[in-house]
Amino acid sequence: MQRLTPFLWLLFSAGGTVAAFLYPVHVALLGLAIPLGLLSPAGFDAERALLGHPIARLYLFAFVSLPLFHWAHRFRYTLYDGLQVKHLTPLIVVLCYGSALAGTVACAWMLWSFPR
Amino acid sequence: MSQTAYHPRWHRKPMSVWWWLEKPAYARFVLREISSVFVALFAGLTLLHVQALREGPDGHARFVEWLRRPGVLALDAVILAFVLLHAFTWFHLAARAVALRFMGRRVPDGAIVAGNYAAFLVASAVVAFFLTRG
Amino acid sequence: MPESVTLVVTRYRPEQEGEPTTQSYEVPFRKEWVVLDALNHVKDRLDGSLSYRWSCRMGVCGSCGMMVNGEPKLTCGAFLSEFLPGPIRVEPLRSFPVIRDLVVDIGDFLKKLRSVRPWLVREREKPLEEGEFRQTPEQLDAFKPFSMCINCLLCYSACPIYGLEPSFVGPAAIALAQRYNMDSRDQGAAVRHDVLSGKGGIWECTFVGECSEVCPKHVDPARAIQQYKLTGVLRSLLSLGGGR
Repeated sequence: MQRLTPFLWLLFSAGGTVAAFLYPVHVALLGLAIPLGLLSPAGFDAERALLGHPIARLYLFAFVSLPLFHWAHRFRYTLYDGLQVKHLTPLIVVLCYGSALAGTVACAWMLWSFPR
Repeated sequence: MSQTAYHPRWHRKPMSVWWWLEKPAYARFVLREISSVFVALFAGLTLLHVQALREGPDGHARFVEWLRRPGVLALDAVILAFVLLHAFTWFHLAARAVALRFMGRRVPDGAIVAGNYAAFLVASAVVAFFLTRG
Repeated sequence: MPESVTLVVTRYRPEQEGEPTTQSYEVPFRKEWVVLDALNHVKDRLDGSLSYRWSCRMGVCGSCGMMVNGEPKLTCGAFLSEFLPGPIRVEPLRSFPVIRDLVVDIGDFLKKLRSVRPWLVREREKPLEEGEFRQTPEQLDAFKPFSMCINCLLCYSACPIYGLEPSFVGPAAIALAQRYNMDSRDQGAAVRHDVLSGKGGIWECTFVGECSEVCPKHVDPARAIQQYKLTGVLRSLLSLGGGR
C-alpha cells in the first residue's frame, strides 16, 4: 500500500486540477443557471451530437473519473485525521478507491456504449 | 505524537477528536477537505446526466425537470459553493507545490496564482460555449 | 496601558502530581516586555520553582518555544502588549511529552531529524586540489529559505498530523532534508528518498499549512513538503523502471 501512495497522490492531484478548473462552470451552468432559466441549454439533440465525438467522451471520462479518485484519496485522509480511524485502513481503502473505481467503470461503460 | 523512549512520569496529552475546532485555521482546513465530497457528488450527477442522454429525449426531459426541483437546486448551490472553495484554495496551494524558473529567475507565487485564475476563466468560457449553444 | 497582566502558566511536577495544573502569576506590564521577560520575572521574583527553556532571547536559538494563548510562539518574540488585557495562557509546546512545567522532550524530533541525513552527502569527497565548490546566487536561492530553520519545533506543535501520526517525521525534518536535496553540492537525494517517501514521510502530510504559518524564520516547510511530493513521485516512477 505504501508503494502505491505516490501514484494515488498523482491521481489525487490530477483529479483536483480537473475539478478546480472545470467543475465550477459545469455546476454553475448545468446545476443552476440553466434550470433557473437564466441561460438556455444546448438542448438534447446538440448534447447528444456532442457526445458522439470521441474527444467529448474522453473529456467526460476524465471529468468524472479523475475527480472521483481525488475525492477517494482526500476523503481517506479526512477519515484518518478527523475520525482517527487509521486502524480501519483496509476497509477505508476498499470503500474509497473501490467507489472511485466503480464510478470510473460505470462511466467508461456508459460512454463506450453511447449511441452514436 | 512522539515516539521517544517511554518515560512513565512524562505527561502525554492525547489528541482530541475535536482538534480541528481549536483554531479557525484548522476548521477552514477541514472545510476545504470536505469540499471533495461535493466534487464526488457532482461527478455522480454528471453520470446521471449522461445516463439521461442515453435514454433518449424523454429520459433527458425527465432529468431536466428533476434539476429544477427546489431541493436539487439547493443541493447544486451548496455544491457550487464547495466546488468554488476547492478551486480557489487549489489555485493557491498549487503555487506552493511547483518551483518554476523562467529566464533564470524563480517565478513568484503570485504569478502562478494569477495564471491559474486566468486559465480558469478561459476554460470556463470555452466550456460555457459548448454547454449553452454547442 | 495597564500596570500589570496575569499569566496563567501550566505547572507539572511529576514528583507531586499526576496531571498538569495551572498557576496564575501577576507580572508587571511593560510595553517592551515579551512573554519570556514575564517568565523570567516570575522565576526571579515570584516563584523560583518554575522550569522552562530559553537562551538567546532574540529569536535565533529556538529554545523558548511554548504555546501562548493556544498558538505556538517563541516567547522571546511574543510581546505582552499583543495579548492584552490578558490573562495570558502559557503552556508547554503541544504534541511533545512534558518533562516538567514548560519543558518538553524533543528526542523524537532529534531522532527523526537524524534519519533524513541533514548534511551534505557526497558519492565521492572532493579533494582539496580540485578547489572549492562554487554556487551561483540562483543555486543558493533554491535552498536558502529551508536553511533558516532553527529547530524551534513550533511547526511540530502546529501540525495536527504530527499530533495524530506517531511515525510522521514532521515539517522541519522534511524542510531540512529538502535544504540538502536542493543544494547543488549534495548528491544524497537517493539516500534520503526512502525516509521521505516511506511510512511517516511526506505522504502523511495533507497540506494543512499551519507549519509555515507559525514558523518564525519564514522557512515555509509546507512548500518544501509539497515540492518533494512532486519530485518524490517522479523518483518513485523512475525506480519502478529499475533506475535509482
